[in-house]
Amino acid sequence: MRVSGKVWKYGDNVNTDVIFPGKYTYTLTEPAEMAAHALEDLDSTFATAVQPGDIIVAGRNWGCGSSREQAVICLKAAGVGAIIAVSFARIFCRNAINNGLPAIVCPAAVAALEHGEWAEVDLATAAIRSATRVFPFPPFPPSVQRILAEGGLIPYLKQLLAAERS
Amino acid sequence: MGHTFAEKLLARNVGLAHVQPGQVIDATPDLVLSHDNTAAIIRTWRQLELSRVKHPERLAIVLDHAAPAPTTQHAQNHAEIRQFVAEQGIPHFFDIGRGICHQVLCEEGLIRPGMLVLGADSHSTHYGALGAFGAGIGRSEVAALWATGTLWLRVPESIKITVTGRLGEWVSAKDIGLYIIGQLGADAGNYASVELHGETIAQLSMESRFVLPNLMAEMGVKNAWLAPDRVTLEWVVAQNQNADPEFAAHFFAHAVYPDPDAPYAAEFTFDVTALEPQIACPHAVDNVVPISQVAGTRVHQAFIGTCTNARLEDLAVAARILRGRRVHADTRLLVIPASARVLRAALHEGYLDTLLAAGAIIGPPGCGPCMGNHLGVPAPGEVTISTANRNFRGRMGTREADIYLASPAVVAASAVTGRITHPAELE
Repeated sequence: MRVSGKVWKYGDNVNTDVIFPGKYTYTLTEPAEMAAHALEDLDSTFATAVQPGDIIVAGRNWGCGSSREQAVICLKAAGVGAIIAVSFARIFCRNAINNGLPAIVCPAAVAALEHGEWAEVDLATAAIRSATRVFPFPPFPPSVQRILAEGGLIPYLKQLLAAERS
Repeated sequence: MGHTFAEKLLARNVGLAHVQPGQVIDATPDLVLSHDNTAAIIRTWRQLELSRVKHPERLAIVLDHAAPAPTTQHAQNHAEIRQFVAEQGIPHFFDIGRGICHQVLCEEGLIRPGMLVLGADSHSTHYGALGAFGAGIGRSEVAALWATGTLWLRVPESIKITVTGRLGEWVSAKDIGLYIIGQLGADAGNYASVELHGETIAQLSMESRFVLPNLMAEMGVKNAWLAPDRVTLEWVVAQNQNADPEFAAHFFAHAVYPDPDAPYAAEFTFDVTALEPQIACPHAVDNVVPISQVAGTRVHQAFIGTCTNARLEDLAVAARILRGRRVHADTRLLVIPASARVLRAALHEGYLDTLLAAGAIIGPPGCGPCMGNHLGVPAPGEVTISTANRNFRGRMGTREADIYLASPAVVAASAVTGRITHPAELE
């Protein structure tokens, strides 16, 4: 799995209320509707300008706060291909993997990558590339790789259950 | 070498003698919580093309986040959930008005020491107050649990926090929690199991104890634990007066306590003897200062509610402060009890009469305006002082509003003056 695009760079402790406001959590149900409000209270330019494959690069504790899974779904539906951070809040990290969105811990890449530059994430080789540099990251455990490869927990489970039935 | 609470509980859950931090296990929760988000979970679960949920008796569903329904769409969500509950025969269902999920499950005797409770709500850490392992998970994970009954969990490192010293008047568990988060930071407990030890914790009432594991979610913790004791049992039994006598006899049967020589990734000690009331300032829960630094800040709205601080004890302190006083003419005071039982007890004790005489607005039990859905959201430019656990930008509906977090006593005193006020100043 390989994604590439423009870097959107943000700081530390970005919480899920600014990624996807709580007031929408029971009224917006379609991913495309959610995408229109992605990062609404953090960066009002994001939802209209983001392109498929773009990569969010963030500091510590990305996705802290509410467990709302829409914080991942809205970013994925907006086209985000991967998120690279110094660290992730634990529930956001689980939700990202469970929706097939790679959440990659790589402080060196975060320190080096600039807002607006091109970057690529290659899960097969566990490496992040910019125009000039390569940043390796620790590969995901096999169980997580299987979930990501199937596009998330539900498609993965669907396949497992089908295998059990047959 | 001994083991921590988290290691011992998770090892037992999977039938192993020991587990180590970092190890990934397939855990079987004793109880799985969801709330208004159950409608979305049902749609996800339907994708798995199963006809029955695996263990309906292990599910608990509480309608509280937008309850009673503020819009037709919210009402449709609730209707879909009620239909599913009937279709699947889910016994632990609590409809609108019963209260906030975390409060309700504790009141109902569904949480006991040593249980593993996973919830599609980040404040599922709450259950640690009764000696359970409570952790938040996502919606897809709840759908997976409905299908299989198990979920992967990483065994967390443990952090030991010891609290010592005697709390001053008007200083509460909320102030201890905000102080710890302010000192350690919003990600200090990320992925970790936090154990709260010390004489100060042991001396807290049960209602105060609930505040701490709830608030520890704002430090990123996976779970937070307090030692269950006689105070724990007495509170739960008092809530369940019609319960089977065997309930009390077996309450501690599965309790888990850390070994005295358990290894911790970090240990912290806080002496709270001279602690002032603490305030979390906009727009982060770890942006904490003593009240003296922000006293006098104008507030348009004061909110006593949420799973953090809307129990009987919280309404009692508000009534004590508001007795014979009036809410300031330029400030609204919203009081939303954590549950129907709290509301009824507050009525019985005369607290509601006192609060209403002072000019407070009483809302139906539930989450209220905490996450911007309804029942008292602020206007742009307004300032709210709240007993909740989050003050993130946009949390209550508009990014142009400031939220300060404080104890019920400070929120009540601030409602009287229209400015952030130490309750001692009113005396």
